Amino acid sequence: MIRIQDVFFSYPNGVEALKGVSLEIQDGEFLAIMGQNGAGKTTLVKHINGLLKPTKGTVTVDEADTTKVSVATLAKKVGFVFQNPDHQLFSETVEEEISFALRNFGFSESAIKERVNWALNLLDLAEYRKVSPFMLSGGERKRVALASVLAWDPKIVILDEPTIGQDSQQKERLRQFILQLNHLGKTVIIVTHDVEFVAECKPQVVLMSQGKVIAQGSAEKVLTNLEVVTQASVVLPQISQLFANLKDIGFPTEVIDVNEATDILLGRLGDSR
Amino acid sequence: MSMFDGFKFRSVNSSVHKMDPRAKFIYVCVMFAVAVMFSQIIPLLVLLIIQMPLVFAARVQKEWLRSMKGAAGFAIIIFLMNVFSLYFYGNYESLSAIVERSFALTLRFMVLIESFSVFFLTTSPDLLGLALEQSRVPYELCFAFTTAVRFVPVLAEEAQTIMDAQKARGLELEGGSFIKKIRNYIPILIPLIVNAIRRSLELAETMESRAWGATQNRTNLYVLRMGRKDFLLMLFSFAMLVVSVYVSLNVQIPNIIYLLNI
Ligand SMILES: Nc1ncnc2c1ncn2[C@@H]1O[C@H](COP(=O)(O)OP(=O)(O)O)[C@@H](O)[C@H]1O
Ligand SMILES: [Mg+2]
Repeated sequence: MIRIQDVFFSYPNGVEALKGVSLEIQDGEFLAIMGQNGAGKTTLVKHINGLLKPTKGTVTVDEADTTKVSVATLAKKVGFVFQNPDHQLFSETVEEEISFALRNFGFSESAIKERVNWALNLLDLAEYRKVSPFMLSGGERKRVALASVLAWDPKIVILDEPTIGQDSQQKERLRQFILQLNHLGKTVIIVTHDVEFVAECKPQVVLMSQGKVIAQGSAEKVLTNLEVVTQASVVLPQISQLFANLKDIGFPTEVIDVNEATDILLGRLGDSR
Repeated sequence: MSMFDGFKFRSVNSSVHKMDPRAKFIYVCVMFAVAVMFSQIIPLLVLLIIQMPLVFAARVQKEWLRSMKGAAGFAIIIFLMNVFSLYFYGNYESLSAIVERSFALTLRFMVLIESFSVFFLTTSPDLLGLALEQSRVPYELCFAFTTAVRFVPVLAEEAQTIMDAQKARGLELEGGSFIKKIRNYIPILIPLIVNAIRRSLELAETMESRAWGATQNRTNLYVLRMGRKDFLLMLFSFAMLVVSVYVSLNVQIPNIIYLLNI
């Protein structure tokens, strides 16, 4: 379990990025942290694997205080996939890229081989095994970055802005993949401001604005709450906008799912026919 | 926060910031020459103090203090090295004379740092590029210079992100042998260099698509013109130079020890 207690954080240049954030994330939870650019989302998740240490307050991961263990120790439990894959790719081949972390963590050669194969297959990268990561397309590079983190099978996976620069097909694959990870029992935390993507994934949602958590709960509850969503400068999912407009003629407002919306609308049409 | 922040341009609306970089450059050169001319405490102390009004006029005291604090570490090393080498290799009669001379040389270092700090804190890379251009340096070179300066903070930020990303994959940067330390930096340097190259190629394309280099004789929206303040600064610099040359040739500067003994 991840426990974030009243955390404040200021960057050395004086920017106060977190102003008293408290959050508990259970094992196996699927969570989306949302909010506008600069809300402090990345800063918050960097506290979970110890890259940043709170200026005030505490962060514990499975009862271990992040200020008392090294990033490398925490990283074994907390896989963190950065927003831009180009900030981490450096190896000559995809295979070596994926084994980088495994070597750092001291896996045996046979285990490395096995884990690399597993990760290559998981992300559909087997054909690129011997290819330079720099020769791949943006979406493929992102998958290599993802594979290089999932390879050591961390129990918590954090994805910072995973949908940026992905086309709709890649997004759909990513969504399937994230749900699959979550079904495998992993805690999955995504950081994003892509409301439509979150509306399709339906995780628990934490809304942040100006370094504070301003709302949390199920995607249906949070993303249809016009007040908090506006405060966080996020827009409603299009489906919810539609239902918000139809509120006056007796439609429910907590709708974010296309299929659910179809059923409701068909039901109404049936009534009037 | 590092001492380099004491040399990074800081945008403030002050008269020192508005001065012509060429005038400030002359001032820095004179300061350099004069500081090297003297090796006694009193004139160097005067040089250190005489620049302070400029720092306050530019309202960069905080950043300037940071550069001075950052330089303090080096200053201590310079001081100790001087004491050490003068003690063993110099022919000074007393320890106090050695200490005094070492202190003076350290002071000289601080004077140089002070004037460089004032120059870089108050001169925007854009104006500096413009000054180069108006000094007939080829435009391509000026442009490369200003772009390089502008991208330093971007690169520093990116290096930090890359370090974080590799640490998150279990890279330990501390500890290990020398060879291991160098090896550890490969996963950081490669993405940094690859991204820098990628970015410069992109920059070149976007610039060419905006007709970079289409005309031979470029004109500038802003043209640097020396104003009254610039002439005043240059006059002051020139006077400093003349007085210093005169003093160093004709005046016997007393030692502090000598003064204290009286
Ligand atoms: N390395 C840094 N140094 C100084 N300020 C930073 C740094 N990184 C982020 N910030 C600032 O902290 C605030 C929160 O940033 P961040 O956590 O990246 O937001 P988000 O991920 O929600 O877009 C912003 O105001 C940002 O400018
Ligand atoms: Mg972010």
